[in-house]
Amino acid sequence: MNAQSKEMTETSAPTGRRINMIEAINEALDTMLARDPDVIVMGEDVGYFGGVFRCTAGLQEKHGKTRVFDTPISECGIIGVAVGMGAYGLRPVPEIQFADYIYPGIDQLISEAARLRYRSATEYIAPMTVRSPFGGGIFGGQTHSQSPESMFTHVSGLKTVIPSTPYDAKGLLISAIEDNDPVIFFEPKRIYNGPFTGFYDKPVEPWKKHDASVVPEGYYKIPLGKARQVQEGEALTVLAYGTMVHVAEAVAKDKGIDADILDLRTLVPLDIEAIEASVKKTGRCLIVHEATRTSGFGAELSALVTERCFYHLEAPVERVTGFDTPYPHSLEWAYFPGPVRIGEAMDKILKD
Amino acid sequence: MADPASNRPTLALHVPEPKSRPGDPVDFSEFHVPEAGAQSRPDEGTKPEDMKDFAYDLVRVLGEDNKAHGPWDPKLDPDTLRTMLGHMAMVRAFDERMFRGQRQGKTSFYMKCTGEEATSVAASMALASDDMVFPSYRQQGILIARGYPLIEMINQIYSNAGDKLKGRQLPIMYSSREHSFFSISGNLATQTPQAVGWAMASAIKGDSRIAATWVGEGSTAEGDFHSACTFASVYNAPVILNVINNQWAISSFSGFAGAERTTFAARALGYGIAGLRVDGNDALACFAAQQWAANRARANQGPTLIEYFTYRAEGHSTSDDPSGYRSAQEREEWPLGDPVMRLKNHLIAIGEWDEERQQAMDLACAEEVKATTKEAEKNGILGHGLHHPFHTMFEDVFEELPWHLKEQAEQATRERKIKWPDQHPMDGAGK
Repeated sequence: MNAQSKEMTETSAPTGRRINMIEAINEALDTMLARDPDVIVMGEDVGYFGGVFRCTAGLQEKHGKTRVFDTPISECGIIGVAVGMGAYGLRPVPEIQFADYIYPGIDQLISEAARLRYRSATEYIAPMTVRSPFGGGIFGGQTHSQSPESMFTHVSGLKTVIPSTPYDAKGLLISAIEDNDPVIFFEPKRIYNGPFTGFYDKPVEPWKKHDASVVPEGYYKIPLGKARQVQEGEALTVLAYGTMVHVAEAVAKDKGIDADILDLRTLVPLDIEAIEASVKKTGRCLIVHEATRTSGFGAELSALVTERCFYHLEAPVERVTGFDTPYPHSLEWAYFPGPVRIGEAMDKILKD
Repeated sequence: MADPASNRPTLALHVPEPKSRPGDPVDFSEFHVPEAGAQSRPDEGTKPEDMKDFAYDLVRVLGEDNKAHGPWDPKLDPDTLRTMLGHMAMVRAFDERMFRGQRQGKTSFYMKCTGEEATSVAASMALASDDMVFPSYRQQGILIARGYPLIEMINQIYSNAGDKLKGRQLPIMYSSREHSFFSISGNLATQTPQAVGWAMASAIKGDSRIAATWVGEGSTAEGDFHSACTFASVYNAPVILNVINNQWAISSFSGFAGAERTTFAARALGYGIAGLRVDGNDALACFAAQQWAANRARANQGPTLIEYFTYRAEGHSTSDDPSGYRSAQEREEWPLGDPVMRLKNHLIAIGEWDEERQQAMDLACAEEVKATTKEAEKNGILGHGLHHPFHTMFEDVFEELPWHLKEQAEQATRERKIKWPDQHPMDGAGK
């Protein structure tokens, strides 16, 4: 029994209510708005309209305009005022409409939110959760497809969380909102409606056909810093997060490879114990992410695995990533680290 | 490259240049200093569009005769005026001593606020003690006016074992939650949207506290300042945006922040914010303007942007030598004088002070700073052993120490035994 199904049997039956990732995120926000009067949701188009991806639909009507509201188009302002609200004692949950547009707010995130607890020796903290849709595979072109997670994992003082299922999205988002450290919560928009497998010419199944769409109503948490065992296997370890969890899973199934797949869920702090245990068991490791290769988070994972599992490794650690180019529009499927690239890497690792 | 075949006029880039450079005589004749008391005082609920003139005028109270004039006179009682003067004298004494401490190698860095004492001391005295301030690095006067212990300031400057911020921050980047003084950041203008956010939070919770932020005129060019003004305006946030126009941003004169074409107070107009331009060396005008803005914010009438017209009388920091870029005569001929002298002369003019008491006060301030410095030095000075224990370097990055920081903390402890084998393991100190 994997960790996911274990958690689910504890909270609800697999035959329970099924929702997609957008609805799960909406429920997490709704639950926390109801539970904690200091939670504030804000961002471009999140108020009356309910968000361009519907993640905040209905929340303003239910919780009021001073709890859920629209903001000017200013990422620097959105994150800057959130830091000030945190200093007051609120628990803001700002949204950045696309991760590609988080850069104007990056000074406020890196220089302020991430450092505030440290530089004030805990006098002030920034208990905020920055939600932002990220990742490609949707013909989003250069500025609606990026995966900038390594820009944040490199910053001491920030936590970075990326869910891959509706069940995780709700539980992890509730944990992130309750966490007293600033959290970057990247939502893989490619899998908002269904678990995309990377086989772009096949229709995408909706979440309702997937067990991880069984999501309890009300409050529950998934701890930050804990990976999810997607499937157990002996042949090789796959480290992935977000959309790429589903792609790697589908490729392993397609090729009949007995892969041990870990969905990291939290990049900082990282579940190093789960990674070490898996790689020491299989002796082989494949790292998969959509982000560009050079200095991507995969480099950190590869270094950690090599440093900590060196004498257990039977093949070099491989990385399957996006190419070191801006995200192209027309050549989306040539760029996307899909089944062919992952399959070749798996073959290469297993050949040695 | 200009096309020789084109009959269109060639373009020319304008690069601003200050009126005087080192060795040049200075000429402030173009700067119009209006008569003290000549400015009307609008109702605190006046709409921003009805306040245009205030963005270009200069609110002044203290005249050439050292008397208070006009409707902006806050009519403070003599005790309050003496307290204000005392805080300003203390800031000056403190700056002198800390500057010297840096030159003596007791710390790495210091920044004076000489000539700008009124913009922090007098202005913050118009706020309630629990109104939240988001300062830049040149408002040490707020801490002194709020009664923050001098020894805490010096411990921070020395980064010693007594430093409340555990030696993590560059000197003068103070923080005091108890005194509603926000943690200072090195990144310019970041505090301005944060102050707006704090004020929005206060409004969301139906609180009665307001926020005030301070930023230099140079830093108003940062995008954060634009965000702050926009959000303050959109949400009618109970916030005061104080712009200290001291004419210089390190070596760049205010023209590089846009001062050649307009005033900084006039920035308010485009945002629909009330704007006031104030004589920043006139303590009574600084107090009165801040009080006006505080009353306005507290009554849900919205934000105010105040430009304090003043002069940075000293170098930017201990790392700066202003003789490399500006005329030494500027300070001598600055038309708005010195804020401490002007307040002192006012108290004398109304028969509530004299030179003897002033001398005694200056001496007492210098003695207090000196004695406190000696006390703080018992906790160590920078680079001489007494500092916080090594493991504190890894604490407070997050609420809890994650595994990778635990590993790195263990490494630092191992290294420490090799680098400094004689030191006591628990205090990280040379005792």
